[in-house]
Amino acid sequence: MSIIIDENTRVIVQGITGKEGAFHTAQMLEYGTKVVGGVTPGKGGQKSEHGLPIFNSVKNAVDKTGANAGIIFVPPRFAADAILESVDSGLDLVVCISEGIPTEDMVKVNYILKQSKTRLIGPNCPGIISPGKSKIGIMPGFIHRQGSVGIISRSGTLTYEAVHQVTQLGLGQSTCIGIGGDPIIGSTFLDFLPLFQKDDETKAVILIGEIGGNAEEEVAEYFRSQFTKPAVAFIAGITAPPGRRMGHAGAIIAGGKGTAQEKIDVLRNSGITVTLNPAEIGKTLLELLNK
Amino acid sequence: MKIHEYQAKDILNVFNVKVPRGIPALSKDEALDAAMMMGYPCVIKAQIHAGGRGKGGGVKVAKSAADAQQIIDKIFGQPLITKQTGPKGKIVNRLLVEEAVDIDRELYVGIVIDRKTACPVMMASTEGGMEIEEVAEKTPEKIFKEFALPGFGLQAYQYNRLVTALKLEGNLAKKGNLFLQSLYNVFRRTDASMVEVNPLVITKKGDIIALDAKLNFDDNALFRHKKYIELRDTSEEEPSELEASKHKLNYIRLNGNVGCMVNGAGLAMATMDIIKLHGGEPANFLDVGGIASSETVANGFKIILSDENVKAVLINIFGGIVRCDRVAQGIVDALNSLKIKIPVVVRLEGTNAIEARKILAESPLDFHIADSLEKAARLAVSAANNGEYR
Repeated sequence: MSIIIDENTRVIVQGITGKEGAFHTAQMLEYGTKVVGGVTPGKGGQKSEHGLPIFNSVKNAVDKTGANAGIIFVPPRFAADAILESVDSGLDLVVCISEGIPTEDMVKVNYILKQSKTRLIGPNCPGIISPGKSKIGIMPGFIHRQGSVGIISRSGTLTYEAVHQVTQLGLGQSTCIGIGGDPIIGSTFLDFLPLFQKDDETKAVILIGEIGGNAEEEVAEYFRSQFTKPAVAFIAGITAPPGRRMGHAGAIIAGGKGTAQEKIDVLRNSGITVTLNPAEIGKTLLELLNK
Repeated sequence: MKIHEYQAKDILNVFNVKVPRGIPALSKDEALDAAMMMGYPCVIKAQIHAGGRGKGGGVKVAKSAADAQQIIDKIFGQPLITKQTGPKGKIVNRLLVEEAVDIDRELYVGIVIDRKTACPVMMASTEGGMEIEEVAEKTPEKIFKEFALPGFGLQAYQYNRLVTALKLEGNLAKKGNLFLQSLYNVFRRTDASMVEVNPLVITKKGDIIALDAKLNFDDNALFRHKKYIELRDTSEEEPSELEASKHKLNYIRLNGNVGCMVNGAGLAMATMDIIKLHGGEPANFLDVGGIASSETVANGFKIILSDENVKAVLINIFGGIVRCDRVAQGIVDALNSLKIKIPVVVRLEGTNAIEARKILAESPLDFHIADSLEKAARLAVSAANNGEYR
């Protein structure tokens, strides 16, 4: 098993005719993802360069293809609307890659999401992959290997780094999720950990956090009281100065809150092994498993 | 995006939030004229993008023209050091001259997006004039919060609760209610990421005035507010960071001696962290993003090397969509054209990493290729601290 997506997940791409959307659709198809169509308003009835049907609306695409998941590559000013359209069309899962969505837009999206059955991953994220089964995202497929480690992260390339280390050590991944670097995101660590806890294939979890917000603090209590699998965490930004946005809109120490040290302490207190060395995330996990 | 107090007050005024009468000044002469027009006593306030100006000596009351002249001479064109500026301070190039206000009480009100609930939250406190973080730490019971329902805003009963918490009664309660509603409108209609009035004052005449104002915009929403983009004061920004932003590079200058160039914000932070872990100090944060062409690499180098403290550079690229061989070619081209003299350590992993290492190895240029992040960090730190690779 993997969590959330597998070989049966049927995916539509919003923004399939854009440069990025088209490129990553090809990559996803190559990986084996069941991409069943795309949405670009005004281009309904045409075929994409991959030979996939294009629809004018998500509703249309869902009706005709039976899609249950979507991925969004539209420019940030239209992305919130694209998410809401997916919610309205009843998709189970939406992955939003777009970076730079206004916070006010995400406030609205989040409110509507809470009252829906749709799960949103992102925005400003690399997406989700269940190695060997499906990838809905922009991560390089080849660094992954099917296995037993679940990975959840607020970052993109730093996640690839952790994935690479795990693969190099001969372990593989059950599912990897990049939850996104924005201050307001659809799903957070706490939404995925219980799924990893329940998943038989997942034997251990790697959590990669960073400065800003309190998503890491939120999971600490769950870890302590309910999570029974080995877990390793790395928190990026111990050298980050306060008050500065470190690339991600959500990565900022504001009013002295959200420091890496604070998060490291809280996670350690809840029984998670935290490594301070980003080059030793995989190694730390292996040592923990061999104990 | 940050703006100056006087610009924030202009916007508040448009939304019917009462602010003191005031005139901004961009030179000493303008400031003196402004003081004359305001009459005495008046208040002269340094305009910089940092808090703590009052305690730092940047806010003074002038009782006469001679007084005003002296204050203006002392503040204008000089660095102002506050808790938030760092030890070098910030040069004061703009002043705001305002009418003096007879203060009866000082309160606090601020609006931000609460990340946990993903809702706007209005915070009010009777402890005006103090830093809100300090109040939150020492007397959290003195901060009152109301969360706005997305799309609906704050409701009448919520404004009433805040006004009651601020101990405003009778006519003041009515005025306070309107003030808070108008302030919320500012936040919502301008796509602000933060609006703060500290202090909010009750005057002896019974008026409610925003004596200070801070307004930050959500950069991602500025496309909806073109007129506010003009309010950006680039002289407030670190020149190298400004230059980087022109090339769409995300650069933040720090105090160390190991420069770094990385793709992705999380990996860039982690690279800074591992430099520190190996006994070095990162000189910067630099995320070159997804397109690492030779031009991007060259621009990245130029910006990193504009910092004289940099004694070695660590390039850490994890190629996903970015192909490492292209990045490698970019590095070779950039080093060739820039004639870089200091040690450069390169670590490329991911798509086409083997081809990339070959390109680097075959180039006559002198850099060190590391096959792991661990080794890369160690070599770069050693090169920066001791001038040799160990």
